Amino acid sequence: MKLFNRLIDRLQYMGAATIHSFRRLGRGSVFLLEVISSCVSLFVRPMLVVKQLYSVGVQTLIIIVVAGLFVGMVMALQSYYALVDFGAEDSVGVMVALSLLRELGPVVTALLFAGRAGSALTAEIGLMKATEQLSGMEMMAVNPMQRIVAPRFMAGVISMPLLATIFSAVGVIGAYLVAVQLLGLDSGAFWSQPQNKVDLHLDLYNGIIKSVVFGVVATWIAVFEGYDCVPTSEGLGQATTRTVVHSSLAILFLDFVLTALMFTK
Amino acid sequence: MSDTLVKIRNLHFSRGNRKIFDGLSMDIPRQGVTAIMGPSGTGKTTLLKLIGGQLVPDHGTIEVDGLNVHQLSTKKLFELRQRMGMLFQSGALLTDLSVFENVAYPLREHTRLNEALIRHLVLLKLNAVGLRGAADMMPSELSGGMSRRVALARAIALDPMMIMYDEPFTGQDPISKGVLVSLISELNNALNICSVVVSHDVPDTLSISDYVHFISAGKVVESGSPETLRNSTVEWTHQFIHGDADGPVPFHYPADPIMDDLYQRRK
Repeated sequence: MKLFNRLIDRLQYMGAATIHSFRRLGRGSVFLLEVISSCVSLFVRPMLVVKQLYSVGVQTLIIIVVAGLFVGMVMALQSYYALVDFGAEDSVGVMVALSLLRELGPVVTALLFAGRAGSALTAEIGLMKATEQLSGMEMMAVNPMQRIVAPRFMAGVISMPLLATIFSAVGVIGAYLVAVQLLGLDSGAFWSQPQNKVDLHLDLYNGIIKSVVFGVVATWIAVFEGYDCVPTSEGLGQATTRTVVHSSLAILFLDFVLTALMFTK
Repeated sequence: MSDTLVKIRNLHFSRGNRKIFDGLSMDIPRQGVTAIMGPSGTGKTTLLKLIGGQLVPDHGTIEVDGLNVHQLSTKKLFELRQRMGMLFQSGALLTDLSVFENVAYPLREHTRLNEALIRHLVLLKLNAVGLRGAADMMPSELSGGMSRRVALARAIALDPMMIMYDEPFTGQDPISKGVLVSLISELNNALNICSVVVSHDVPDTLSISDYVHFISAGKVVESGSPETLRNSTVEWTHQFIHGDADGPVPFHYPADPIMDDLYQRRK
């Protein structure tokens, strides 16, 4: 009887958790629609977006550049050692370029973006909620969705593809430094192969589409978690953690889906 | 024009399973200071949020200036809120803006005044709360009392018809409290508006109020002028005003008899 009760309790707990998750997903979806409709107001006040582009985009730049450089360098080393046995080390350039443009650029940038800018967005909006700033705005007849959430969302969506492009570009430079300057690979071979093999539509455009999708998802999760958090220090901490975890998982899952859709033979 | 600015009728509101208001009705006059008092957790702040349309009641109506707050469209509700000021317990100042910009915020959002006029208005409002000299400071540099005074200047920026004060005296030292008490009273008299003060600070609130509602357990216990309530024979009112430890609001949280508890523990 005791075991049966425990089993029922466990089932009840799982059922409640599932309902809770679906409720949050529903709330989050309605929230996204509200944010998108609030973005229309940004045409009247574009400076709100410009200000957020600085804190969301420009301040994330340094981590993106440093990470991009090291990722490119490591990839050049690894692919050189793998290809040199087959005498195919001239393909290091194209291998690095394709990997960065198709996968690593959008994905690693989005993961870093979720960790740096996403968590900051959640903490900022959550703290505004906890200190009644959002309520205060509502009582001043100012819609916080239009003034606070929409500019941050838009800044995230604009920043992500730009940051991913910079990540890939810096990564290729890092690979060049290692492959050509350090390992002595021919510079002409390093640059000419990517010129021939990298396709504008298949590789570059698809990479940009991926990063836009990741930008929408990562920023949506970040602003929603901040807006929906329990306004206490514990609730804020949990919301910030959820932003990083949920964004990372969503990015990796969506990367698989998008790759399967984009790169079919 | 009716003398009643806020008319609350048969208000029911719950949070989860907990009933906050259970058929509450009250009127708030168009002019003067009206205090809404009661013990912590009775829903005084919730009542202000219901009046401001930030929360929706389960049942009942709230009319402000003849308009049913919860049946207004978002646009109309925001228009109504421009005529209502609210002072939050924390001040709720925007932390990334200076004191000047905080007070200028509603003016920039809702008017098309030129910069020179906005500057004049902001400095006048800050002067009214005695903080013109702090115009360039950031909210993080202000004390709790100063923050509330800046928030008060911001609340009167658009010359509202009513101001709601949420626990304005909580956590204030005697000087800051004295300043806030006299500011609320002076501003109310100077602007000839409706001030709604939510508080559990009996002496200070009664000293500036024209009319008082005591609420407990989701209903109005007693209403009247401060003088009437001071001499009230209602047990609850007497206990609240004099701060007696035991009475209709019991000292002990409901529990089984102590001997039962002790016996069970020993067993």
